[in-house]
Amino acid sequence: MTPIKQSKQSTQFKQPSRSRMLAWLIVGMGAVLMLAPFYFTFVLATQPREAIFHIPPPMWFGESLLHNIRLLTGLIPFWHNLGMSLYVAVMTTVLALFFCSMAGYAFAMYDFRFKKTLFAIVLGSMLLPPFLGLIPTFMLMNFLGWLDQPRALYLPAAAAAFGIFLMRQYIGSAVPKELLEAARIDGCGEFRIYWKVVLPLIGPALGTLGLITFITSWNSFLQPLVIMHSPENFTLPVALRSIQSTTNTDWGAVMAGSAIAVMPLVILFALFSRRLISGLTAGAVKG
Amino acid sequence: MESVLSPGISAVTLPRRKRIQPWKWAPYLFISPFLLIFAVFGVFPLLFSATLSFAQWDPAAGFGAIKWISFDNYKFVLTDAWFWKSLGNTVYIAIASGLPQHLVAIPFAAFLCTVLRARNVVLGAYFLPFITSSVAIALIFSSLFSKDFGEVNSILMALHDLPLIGGLFPDHKVDWLLDTSLVKPTVSFVVFWRYVGWNTVLYLAAMQTIPGELYEAATLDGASTWRKFWHITLPMTRPMMFFAVSLTLINNLQLFEEPFILLGDNGGTGQAGMTTAMYVYRTAFYFSDFGTACAISWVMFVLIAVLSWGNHKLFALASGGEE
Repeated sequence: MTPIKQSKQSTQFKQPSRSRMLAWLIVGMGAVLMLAPFYFTFVLATQPREAIFHIPPPMWFGESLLHNIRLLTGLIPFWHNLGMSLYVAVMTTVLALFFCSMAGYAFAMYDFRFKKTLFAIVLGSMLLPPFLGLIPTFMLMNFLGWLDQPRALYLPAAAAAFGIFLMRQYIGSAVPKELLEAARIDGCGEFRIYWKVVLPLIGPALGTLGLITFITSWNSFLQPLVIMHSPENFTLPVALRSIQSTTNTDWGAVMAGSAIAVMPLVILFALFSRRLISGLTAGAVKG
Repeated sequence: MESVLSPGISAVTLPRRKRIQPWKWAPYLFISPFLLIFAVFGVFPLLFSATLSFAQWDPAAGFGAIKWISFDNYKFVLTDAWFWKSLGNTVYIAIASGLPQHLVAIPFAAFLCTVLRARNVVLGAYFLPFITSSVAIALIFSSLFSKDFGEVNSILMALHDLPLIGGLFPDHKVDWLLDTSLVKPTVSFVVFWRYVGWNTVLYLAAMQTIPGELYEAATLDGASTWRKFWHITLPMTRPMMFFAVSLTLINNLQLFEEPFILLGDNGGTGQAGMTTAMYVYRTAFYFSDFGTACAISWVMFVLIAVLSWGNHKLFALASGGEE
């Protein structure tokens, strides 16, 4: 979880300034290419239908945002979908933080039989391609009668091996073992030690894992596509896709919906980009 | 852990009847939610899927309707023209989107390594697509790439009218999402766009751990920037390269969302953009042939495993030749 360090070798590529300028030009054009689709989402979300199907298409913001949102809410139960996305993402995040920090704490701080084997299982579960489990998971949920239920989405997602790995790394470095011994001598039970001593010390790691889990759940598409069947239970991505599949797509409404789906991510990223980037690469750099 | 406790204290805290100290069993309890969920929603479905790949079953007909047909599903898959076509599409898109990701990300990360100010802003711009909903992105691109009203064609036409460089751009509107020869490149571009920033961040993280002394020594020996990049940066980045290429390989071979949204659930005109993951989805939920769908998944799993192993061997060979 180390933040991206300021480079020590900042001068080793010193180059004639002309080639640096060329490099900056390419990098800048690339950045425009990266951001342009977001810009056009917001442009199209604010344009009326006539403008979107006008040649040439609009390049600047219009005034039809509210109109497009009204169109959107007429096509799909949009607020239900937004609520469902939020509910599933929050539940996944809360459960994942709880389960992953507990398991990560056990792996970081205890010695017990089968510890190595169990941790190998955790790491191994990361290697399974998620697509492999999709169809049997659908059938399992069907069998359990959990189809169309949000818990079919958040419960499986709460046992995230990546989160356990992240927590183990952080707890191992941030929580001194002596502290736990002291608490134990004071008569503190094992769960209370975790809850009262360990959890307050690992706030930053919980924040990082929470962000990653929330974003992953918010964006997830395949699982809800397969599991949620009634339109008011669709999560946002599934609902947005459902209006696109009808003929004569209303792009203003779709773009307004996409803009609303993307907005929380842009805000979270603007606020926490460093933490997100370092959290996501933590496993890679150490592994 | 017990060594910290002096014998006197344990004698006091332990009751006369010998019982297991709580810190002996507590860790199992702490791990149990993960193990339970992983067993029920991770391992069990896989075993079920493996079993089902040897059966013919439409779940709507109930468990009594399972018919065991041994390797017939696999025989069918391996001789199925649609499967091979989808595999061809998947591999095409995997390479056309994957290779440029790394070819761009590596020099880009090396350049960002030399930048102090504005690095995080630039990095943020490239990283944003990675954390954005792939569905929203695909929806946005299907609008931008539409033939008549899309911004892409409109911008290209405007560029075509420029003097001097105008000839580089097409003089007609391009049908990005319907022309069978363009479908795969278009999807590949969207995938490239989404992951190039992620790879840059990975490579940058690796390059920042290279000790600066290596570069200083090379500079004293009069090495050019290019030689330093080639002989220091690249070899030192190789472990990360292995990791990043493995991730790209695994993700790209399971590609689903981008082509599914951009081209529709049938993979577009002539199924030119139907990936294997989409074919699995179709086989299960449109043809209700769950046994075959599971068999295709396992064939893909073996393929991913073999390719990952090959990738590992390749990198091991490359670093072996170096030392």
